[in-house]
Amino acid sequence: MTRSAPPTARGRLIRSPRGLFSLVVLALLLSAALISLVWLPDDPNFSSAYRAWLPPSPEHWLGTDGSGRDLASRLIAGSRVTVLVVLGAAVVSGAIGLVLAVLAGLGPRWVREPLVILIDVLIAFPTLLLAIMLAAAYGSGIPVVVAAVGIGFGVAIGRVVRAELRQLAREDYVLAARAAGLSRWAVLRTHLLPGVAPVFTVQLSLSMGLAILAEAGLSYLGFGAPPSVPSWGRMLAETQAFISVHPAVVLWPGLAITLTVLAFTLLGDALREALDPRLGGERSAAGADAGSGATLGTATGLIAGLPGAPPDGPGVDR
Amino acid sequence: MTAPALTVSGLTVAIGGTTLLHDLSFALAPGERLGFIGGSGSGKTLTALAISGLLPEGAEVHGSIRLGDRELVGLGERELSRVRGDVIGMVFQEPKSALNPLRRLGRQMTESLALHYTLSRAQRREAALRLAAQVGLGDPERIVRAYPHEVSGGQRQRAAIAAAISASPGLLLADEPTTALDVTVQRGVLRLLRELTEGDECSLVFITHDLAVLAEIAERVLVFDRGRIVEQGPTMRIVRAPEHAVTRALIAAAAGPAVPGARPRSTVEDGARGSDAEVRDDCNA
Repeated sequence: MTRSAPPTARGRLIRSPRGLFSLVVLALLLSAALISLVWLPDDPNFSSAYRAWLPPSPEHWLGTDGSGRDLASRLIAGSRVTVLVVLGAAVVSGAIGLVLAVLAGLGPRWVREPLVILIDVLIAFPTLLLAIMLAAAYGSGIPVVVAAVGIGFGVAIGRVVRAELRQLAREDYVLAARAAGLSRWAVLRTHLLPGVAPVFTVQLSLSMGLAILAEAGLSYLGFGAPPSVPSWGRMLAETQAFISVHPAVVLWPGLAITLTVLAFTLLGDALREALDPRLGGERSAAGADAGSGATLGTATGLIAGLPGAPPDGPGVDR
Repeated sequence: MTAPALTVSGLTVAIGGTTLLHDLSFALAPGERLGFIGGSGSGKTLTALAISGLLPEGAEVHGSIRLGDRELVGLGERELSRVRGDVIGMVFQEPKSALNPLRRLGRQMTESLALHYTLSRAQRREAALRLAAQVGLGDPERIVRAYPHEVSGGQRQRAAIAAAISASPGLLLADEPTTALDVTVQRGVLRLLRELTEGDECSLVFITHDLAVLAEIAERVLVFDRGRIVEQGPTMRIVRAPEHAVTRALIAAAAGPAVPGARPRSTVEDGARGSDAEVRDDCNA
């Protein structure tokens, strides 16, 4: 069997331009965050009126801001907050989303139905408002951002994944797996969860990207990282008043945010395609036969019981 | 694992207050091939699901389903999942949707085997290759590594059959396994099912709405209508001398248009019927 696309999911991910781009950007982000732990070009919080608004130079790669702080150092140090928020939001929203999806999708009726209503209520609740409320109660900071973003996007992921799970649970191969003797739990583990993995990954990477935006927005509003911790959102907030005089200063954090969010969004797409073996190469000609046909689940009705009624599928004698 | 025959007595199933199966009783001898025939919604699939304990949530089951000396009605989920796949194998209508598109065929074919018996990786691979060969899949090495979309419809159905027989069940429930296949492929799958249930080891329940197919594979037939068994007997007797109106209607449907007084519209239909007759002759040869 000859196939042009690489056989493994990893190979397909790296081969696709989007996948490669997002992996490179995210690798840069991660290494910036790690490097910043041991080395920075300058102290990101050192301010001095003598070096305000300096243009880029060998000493200050990207110049300095109005307080004379080194922009490059602040940008690199700011990636720490971004990575923290992204990872935190991914873990929290992924866990919340999966648990909600499984309970609301496959649980017993008395669990399922109230949960669906709860999800709908929570979806209508703005993440930003939730973050502000949490910040009012527990003080602002990165944990509040992670919690707010995690809950907000977790519910959104839960809703999408639930719908997908319900869809998959009706598939014949799930019934076939039960007929093969797999327990409900084993079916969930071996068939349903891998089946929703593409949707889940896309949603997760999307929410990771949106988490960066949310962090930037919350920091911009003053609910995010404390003033002593450099963050991209805070950099934007501090410099936006000077955009007409020093546009380059606003450009850097804006560019960093845009690129990272873009990388996550594209990663989602690339991952979905890489994870699906059906998209691994050209479809086989045999894949096009056989219409949808009646499934086992539909045969439980007792409606079309007229003797000699046309059979529900293409028989040989028709 | 192989277990002997099936005895169903007084089986009544109700879902949501509606009784869908009324007091069914029948028996299946070891190695026997039994056909269920009936229109849509006549209860044949539901009966198969009841036997394997896969009725939808909230179904009320009364009566008795005995598999060998084991009573299945009232068994807990845990015991039932030990029976499924091991003692009862199932094949479904749509090979396309009955296989998980994301998993390689080799793994799917050995799923119930690996579940009911402890196998090493190498043993599982070997079993997959053996099963692929047993169900007549050419080039087993390639097939076991392929995804469902990479093989043809007939090959998928053979793989699904391999999955159903992997643990050597004593009873194979095949729910319209040939309906979604084209005529030439159908013939091969029927022959395979016949071979697999040749001895006394494995009994077969073959569900279809198509009497012509049933005539090729089943030794005995149960005719279903609206949740009741209206007629049963040896296949040849049912085909030649149907007693019940429903059976006669099914035979008429197999032979031509179902509407009374309607006449064949064109020679195309005659042609189609002619080719079916040839196929049947081929199979009997």
